[in-house]
Amino acid sequence: MVSRKIVLTFPKQKIDKPIVYKLIKDYDLVFNILKASITPDQEGHMVIEISGDKEQIEKGIKYLQEQGLKFEPLSKDIRVNWDKCVQCGACVSICPTGALFVKDRQTMEVSFDSEKCIACELCIRPCPPRAIEVHF
Amino acid sequence: MAKTIAEINDKIRQGQAVVVTAEEIIEIVANKGAAQAAKEVDVVTTGTFGPMCSSGAYFNFGHTKPKIKAGGGTALLNGVPAYTGWAAVDLYIGATALPEDDPRNKIPPGEFSYGGAHVIEDLLAGKDVRLQIEAYGTDCYPRKHLDTLINLKDLNEAVLFNTRNAYQNYNVAVNLSQKTIYTYLGTLKPNLGNANYCSAGQLSPLLNDPYLKTIGLGTRIWLGGGVGYVAWQGTQFNPHAPRLDNGTPKRPAQTLAVIGDLKQMKAQWIKGVSFVGYGTTLNVGIGIPIPILNEEIVKCTAVKDADITCAVVDYSEAYPQGKADVLGEVTYQQLKSGEIEVKGKKVPTSGISSYKNARVIADDLKEQIKKGKFLLTEKVADLPSAEQAPNFKPLNERPFKRGK
Ligand code: SF4
Ligand code: SF4
Repeated sequence: MVSRKIVLTFPKQKIDKPIVYKLIKDYDLVFNILKASITPDQEGHMVIEISGDKEQIEKGIKYLQEQGLKFEPLSKDIRVNWDKCVQCGACVSICPTGALFVKDRQTMEVSFDSEKCIACELCIRPCPPRAIEVHF
Repeated sequence: MAKTIAEINDKIRQGQAVVVTAEEIIEIVANKGAAQAAKEVDVVTTGTFGPMCSSGAYFNFGHTKPKIKAGGGTALLNGVPAYTGWAAVDLYIGATALPEDDPRNKIPPGEFSYGGAHVIEDLLAGKDVRLQIEAYGTDCYPRKHLDTLINLKDLNEAVLFNTRNAYQNYNVAVNLSQKTIYTYLGTLKPNLGNANYCSAGQLSPLLNDPYLKTIGLGTRIWLGGGVGYVAWQGTQFNPHAPRLDNGTPKRPAQTLAVIGDLKQMKAQWIKGVSFVGYGTTLNVGIGIPIPILNEEIVKCTAVKDADITCAVVDYSEAYPQGKADVLGEVTYQQLKSGEIEVKGKKVPTSGISSYKNARVIADDLKEQIKKGKFLLTEKVADLPSAEQAPNFKPLNERPFKRGK
């Protein structure tokens, strides 16, 4: 059993197709939707974590590509450079997943949980000392 | 029984002063009462570390051979313009200055990745900084161009001189509009998506001495990891702000102008930062010791987050348009819980001023005083009281019309 985080982009006409259902049913994959949105021009974006048999994941991804979905592995790695971080907290209310959070409300120390991060990059520019880095 | 600063300093020299932080004093006063706390405690230390735009540094870089007069010419430090309107080789670099070729908000929101604040941080970090001067040349200062590297250690004097720091309380910024806005209080998501505040609350220097009974002209302070002094009241100094019964103002109120030897400071505490869509500014660390001279003073230092309120202001409309509208008042306890309620909606909060680092500063100052390394000062003069200070007012615009 392995798991991979991937970013999917659905073209307009694919949005109402039961693609996810098919992946679960035909390839026996477990899904965790980390983020989903539809842009005003009806393009869909999804960050998903799929787990299952390695071979089945490969097949499932192939199926997605055949359906005309764009897919990228979520290989971006977000890291906080703690030497640069001024511990302000500006990122905390920006981060949609709680990956950047205040652990202890007494000390107000800001922490980062990379497990929760979906690499949306919303925090990168609002960080005043630009302490949050994207690694590829 | 009242104490004097001289008596407290004697105890500090002997290593016997009782020093606690503005956080620790809260419990001491709650448990023992103010009278007993005033007897036992000699000094309460405060701290704050946040963006303070009216900051900068001046320095004298030494005469060249042949001599050059930057005054009346132009100067760049790593491409960032410095102020030259002084004598030959004195310059002032302000935190918000930007390189001429910075795209600013041309494609909004701009990045503002390097400005005057970063030049100051680079100098403090011991890095070489490029200095370019264009002068017009005179008989006594014939040279017209200079392009050289400079380093903090070689400068004759380097002085941090900030005209408005340590704001006594501040607004909470929210965004009522439909689009994300980019402010000096951070990125604000639409439809009350988040709320950003900027004060150390119960640790903040001027909230612990709300009427500036002990802080005044000449007060020695912890500045940027070194030693500084209160040089004057800060600009926009407003002791008239409405106050709670405990004396703390409910709106942005008093401020300090501070000065200190840049060479003693540390890059960790004088840090250039970039607010996307807004510009660059300097994160400044300040700690102020409050001598516990009597019961009244100790009571003020025992103020806690739950007893300090501030105003929630819409930065999409009310703030930029200069309207006095306030969406509500909240306490720092509520803000620090991570969520406040505005117009019936739960809004997640972020601090822009670092509470964690405010604690580090208050602790460091406490240790220095305990070890006899930091003595307190008697203020040279009071900063203006509400009776003395002029009203803080907006500009009365009188549009210029060209004469015939
Ligand atoms: S990229 Fe930043 S904002 Fe997005 S989930 Fe990760 S930590 Fe949070
Ligand atoms: S916004 Fe940047 S500097 Fe501030 S706490 Fe988050 S990571 Fe640290």
